[in-house]
Amino acid sequence: MSDPAIKVRLTRKHCRTLLHQMLRVRRFEEKCAELYTQEKIRGFLHLYIGEEAVATGVMQALGPEDAVVATYREHGHALLKGVSAEAIMAEMYGKQEGCSRGRGGSMHLFDAETRFYGGNAIVAGGLPIAVGLALADKLSGRKRVTACFFGEGAAAEGEFHESLNLAALWRLPVLFVCENNLYAMGTALDLSESETDIAAKAACYRMGAKTVDGMDVVAVEVAARRAVASLHETGAPQFLECRTYRFRAHSMYDPQLYRAKEEVEQWKERGPIRRFQEWALASGELHPEDVQEIEEEVAREVAEAVAFAEAGTFEPAEHLLQHVGAERRT
Amino acid sequence: MTLMTYREAVRRAIRKAMQADERVFLMGEDVGRYGGCYAVSQGLLEEFGPERIRDTPLSESAFTGAGIGAALGGIRPIVELMTCNFSLLSLDQIMNNAATIRHMSGGQFTVPVVIRMATGGGRQLAAQHSHSLEGWYAHIPGIRVLAPATVEDAAGMLGPALEDPDPVLIFENALLYNDTDDVEDLVEVDIDHGAIRREGADISLITYGGSLGKTLSAADALAAQGISAEVLDLRVLRPLDEAAILATVAKTRRCVIIDEGWRSGSLAAEIMARIIEGAFWTLDAPLSRVCSEEVPVPYARHLEEAALPSTDKIVIAALAVLGR
Repeated sequence: MSDPAIKVRLTRKHCRTLLHQMLRVRRFEEKCAELYTQEKIRGFLHLYIGEEAVATGVMQALGPEDAVVATYREHGHALLKGVSAEAIMAEMYGKQEGCSRGRGGSMHLFDAETRFYGGNAIVAGGLPIAVGLALADKLSGRKRVTACFFGEGAAAEGEFHESLNLAALWRLPVLFVCENNLYAMGTALDLSESETDIAAKAACYRMGAKTVDGMDVVAVEVAARRAVASLHETGAPQFLECRTYRFRAHSMYDPQLYRAKEEVEQWKERGPIRRFQEWALASGELHPEDVQEIEEEVAREVAEAVAFAEAGTFEPAEHLLQHVGAERRT
Repeated sequence: MTLMTYREAVRRAIRKAMQADERVFLMGEDVGRYGGCYAVSQGLLEEFGPERIRDTPLSESAFTGAGIGAALGGIRPIVELMTCNFSLLSLDQIMNNAATIRHMSGGQFTVPVVIRMATGGGRQLAAQHSHSLEGWYAHIPGIRVLAPATVEDAAGMLGPALEDPDPVLIFENALLYNDTDDVEDLVEVDIDHGAIRREGADISLITYGGSLGKTLSAADALAAQGISAEVLDLRVLRPLDEAAILATVAKTRRCVIIDEGWRSGSLAAEIMARIIEGAFWTLDAPLSRVCSEEVPVPYARHLEEAALPSTDKIVIAALAVLGR
């Protein structure tokens, strides 16, 4: 299913890891959707279901020292970067045990320990931040990568172009990852862009830019590993456009008038989890018991996250004005 | 003590900060080879090199955001925006990221970025280079807004601003760059309090930034008529030094606020509201204010002068409050 020249060895262990990570995101979010209907989770809830191969594949190429900047559709990225399911779920419950103390919610997950820099809900707003994080690394002589995830809708924003130019001009170690799911909320790519090839836009800024099947976790992993290797070698930014698809609504209030049901069903046929699991079973890399074990482990993790969030506490309203600025001398 | 211009004072402050802490760097449009559009950073490129004195493309949003990201990454950027009119191109980054990330992250991340920009009119630069938007920024929780009105403050505010763990915006009124004064070489000032620039008993004149000079001139003119005006320089526009505002009003019982921003929804309006809330019963007369006229700043000299606060307007407003 992938380029024979790949440097990723699909051992049984690694196949288990990939399936496990994708399923963690999938089952966690399915539970979130359910909790949303129960009004345990409120506000906006943007699900990543269908796109799991992108963050899972890219994250294989990153280490704990690397930083991630993501969008408002970032539950999966946070989970995969190492933020605990408990802390994420508690955040969505608005509890103070949440990874942002209940101040951020679904769209603003943050975690200093794992270098997870949000959760940015302004389209393209995270790109300049990623450029700056990489600049800090460069000026401090640290060899780290900042991975910046965003949708194809961001390519219409000035900040996309300004940031790509700056990163390329200053040769900053940013891995730009475009999650092209074809729709900016409800507006199709070809209705909003004169040039729909996003990687071609990035290449204009003289950075390595590749397009990859974002429904194929191994292909994404290979592309990400190559991009990161090149990034470490040259210090210059890299751009990866992952062609993917969102199976669910944009957020929770979306009758999806802008796309045909058949189109969604066709993409589901190519679903990243289904496809990888079928391949791994057929090729004998994984056995049905593996899948069952993984499912059970994931179910445990999700159940524990829900229990943790349920048991969490609300921050006293008297604390409202905290975390606005440092307590200062007067 | 050294005699220096406001411009040199800012430059010395940048140099001092960069010498003291290698994490500090400056970036902005034309800060390096050009020397800064107001010549503030002249000579710094030769001294510190292009890594730390960074010329940027005309991408206000990206390089302001990069400053925010760099601050998150543990270094200490000074971002220069040419004028506050251009800062609107970075408003998304300032408002949606710099001011919110500490809060949205539940206090895990702080953004110690300093953003400097020129503000104010009076140079016949018309309606896209002359406005005073510091009052807008003073609306935003999560950032500190400074308005150095004196050479000493220009020299002394940057150091503590860089030590602040949160974003600090510094508005330098462009008419002040040639002001000259004696300043102590290693001056550092506080960035929490207003300062009484002239003691008085009959009326309080509350102002900041580029209007301080006009206000002090007005106080001189009032003194010639036997009126003792107290002048409070706010210095810090957010958080406001409410205690200093209420104290001077309690002392003189009369007050005029001078603010180069437009009148509607202005910082002057906020100060009036604080006085009404906190010192209403001490007042002997209705409050008054001198703001910019509600018009985009025009080019023609006489029209621009008519649009901005002036010494004469301040004197007239003060006399009216005093019933003269």
